[in-house]
Amino acid sequence: MIIAGIDCGAKNTKTVILKEGSIIGKGTTLTGFDQVSAIKGSLDAALKDAGIHARDVDNISGTGAGMEEIKDADLKVNEIKAMAKAANYLFPSARTVTDVGAEMGRAAKIDENGKAVDFAINEKCAAGAGAFIEAMARALEVKLEEMGPMAIQSNKSIPMNAQCAIFAESEVVGLIHGKIPKVDISKAIHDAMASRVVSMIRRIGVNEDIVMIGGCGLNPGFVDSLKNQLEIDKVYIPDDPAFGAALGAAVVLKEEA
Amino acid sequence: MSEEDKPEYWRWTESNWRNPDIRWEDAKIVTAGIDVGSVSSQAVVMTDGQVYAYSNMRTGSDSPESAMNALNFGLEGTDMPESRIDYCIGTGYGRVNVPMADRTITEIACHARGAHFIYGPGVRTVLDVGGQDCKAIRCDEKGKVVNFLMNDKCAAGTGRGMEVFADLLSVPITDVGQRSFQVEDEPEPVSSTCVVYAKTEATGLLRKGWGVNEVLAAYCSAMSERIFSLIDRIGIEKEFAITGGLAKNRGVVDRLMKEIGLAPMKTDWDTQIAGAVGAALFGYVLVQKGKGRKG
Amino acid sequence: MIANYGYKDGSGDYFIAIDTDRCDGCRGCVEACPVNVLEVVDEDPNDPFREEPIVIVVSDKRKKIKYECGPCKPPTNRPPLPCVEACPQGAISHSW
Ligand code: SF4
Ligand code: SF4
Repeated sequence: MIIAGIDCGAKNTKTVILKEGSIIGKGTTLTGFDQVSAIKGSLDAALKDAGIHARDVDNISGTGAGMEEIKDADLKVNEIKAMAKAANYLFPSARTVTDVGAEMGRAAKIDENGKAVDFAINEKCAAGAGAFIEAMARALEVKLEEMGPMAIQSNKSIPMNAQCAIFAESEVVGLIHGKIPKVDISKAIHDAMASRVVSMIRRIGVNEDIVMIGGCGLNPGFVDSLKNQLEIDKVYIPDDPAFGAALGAAVVLKEEA
Repeated sequence: MSEEDKPEYWRWTESNWRNPDIRWEDAKIVTAGIDVGSVSSQAVVMTDGQVYAYSNMRTGSDSPESAMNALNFGLEGTDMPESRIDYCIGTGYGRVNVPMADRTITEIACHARGAHFIYGPGVRTVLDVGGQDCKAIRCDEKGKVVNFLMNDKCAAGTGRGMEVFADLLSVPITDVGQRSFQVEDEPEPVSSTCVVYAKTEATGLLRKGWGVNEVLAAYCSAMSERIFSLIDRIGIEKEFAITGGLAKNRGVVDRLMKEIGLAPMKTDWDTQIAGAVGAALFGYVLVQKGKGRKG
Repeated sequence: MIANYGYKDGSGDYFIAIDTDRCDGCRGCVEACPVNVLEVVDEDPNDPFREEPIVIVVSDKRKKIKYECGPCKPPTNRPPLPCVEACPQGAISHSW
């Protein structure tokens, strides 16, 4: 059976193709302001990657902020369920999973079957999501991809007072004027953002192994701050963390089929 | 664009004023209130509980200096020496950095007191929306605080949120209110509260073909909804007064008053001095109670 | 007076309300709080004429109160809040 799992997120739309339980293709597009074409774009890219045609796909399952726009979906999977299953599929020893994307952060406590037993969500405030780092990258005049690698070059910890992305921009500008090196500012930004994600995880309890999915998993600065603040040595991150929720949606459908 | 070259939003002119009917030499008790806010600073000098002189200035990067400048500007041309002041109270966000203050009192208490003086004892609810915060205060007939909240964490519902929008749409902040009424139908408010996400939403609306005025209208009404929900937490009682920079933005104020169903109180005083007036008044009472420096 | 300390942001309302007419500054809540969110001060910063001690929310915790109080507020099976339980006067309430 071939399943396409589509995660229509606030920033990117991701698709994973699952054949008999193994990943055979992935595709991603910017969501932009037209979710419908983003969904099609990411699905087409994933089909191409897998070397198959649309008619080869037996079922489609969708998740993410824009899942209502996935008209062909046979199943719509709640984000918590998707992230829990994804973590369990990737790392069966996972007991906590956190998904940190562009516009939200989530954490769930999961059992050995990949069922979420408790969860917490941060949304609708950019201060606790990837958008925070993105806004700060603009204020620092640094490319978003460079933010994380810069942060890990610093061992300073400068506290940031602003708890809002908008106010934090002025604070960053102030730090630049104060001649604080950009690597240290970048570290401060990641520490601030990670502390909000860590508090969210603490609400459901820190149970190892901890898995992280979502776009922020690609940011070494964020992962570093997260590990330090959780006081753990390892956070399990798949190769393509951004595809976590799409994969989870596909796995849920496979199990329910 | 760096912070300094940003156009001036919530524009107001620096000013000072002196009461021509008062001779400070005759005063028994002279007190001062200095309110150092994030955007503007005010100094009020009172003689026996009456406003003798005041100033209203931009806050510089250095709070102690801003406080001193405000006081000097207030006393300009009065030949009253600073040493004549019996008691000085600092208030506002930068209150701990007012070098000549004998004591500090929060802006909450001072605002309520000041509004009571400026608007008269009928005022029960005071809303103050500044550049970086939003305060809602309910007070009794004596100007004592009954219930309050202050939101200075989130840019939504503050002057800064509006600045970001004015910037995004390249509309001078002073034109926002008026332009927001130049729409055929009142659009749905912007649905994201977060300013970061509201910006993204607005970009999407423009791309869908919305006009700039429509987007402004949608944001003004989102802001008024947001401020309404904040004041609602402390309960709205009439009479209702608005102070701070927002008072000058009709786009938000008119929509907000419609939602509340009340007309805002009017006064001839410059409402920006409310906090400093309250501080100077507290100083007067404290000196009378024997708690002042020379009391 | 009801003093609301905290904030509202895009994600919700997070206020700790202190009824200053009830609080007598006994410090029960201060000792109960595992993360030092509350403190008792000698003078009410919002009421210059009050002379008795009063509890306030520590100022640098106000803007992150949602996160500070997080551990006391698990998403499911939430136990009574230590600060609220510890207050004999019933002076503390939380908005979330
Ligand atoms: S404006 Fe700031 S605090 Fe408010 S919701 Fe957005 S990021 Fe959060
Ligand atoms: S809920 Fe917990 S952390 Fe928050 S103030 Fe009360 S005792 Fe402290």
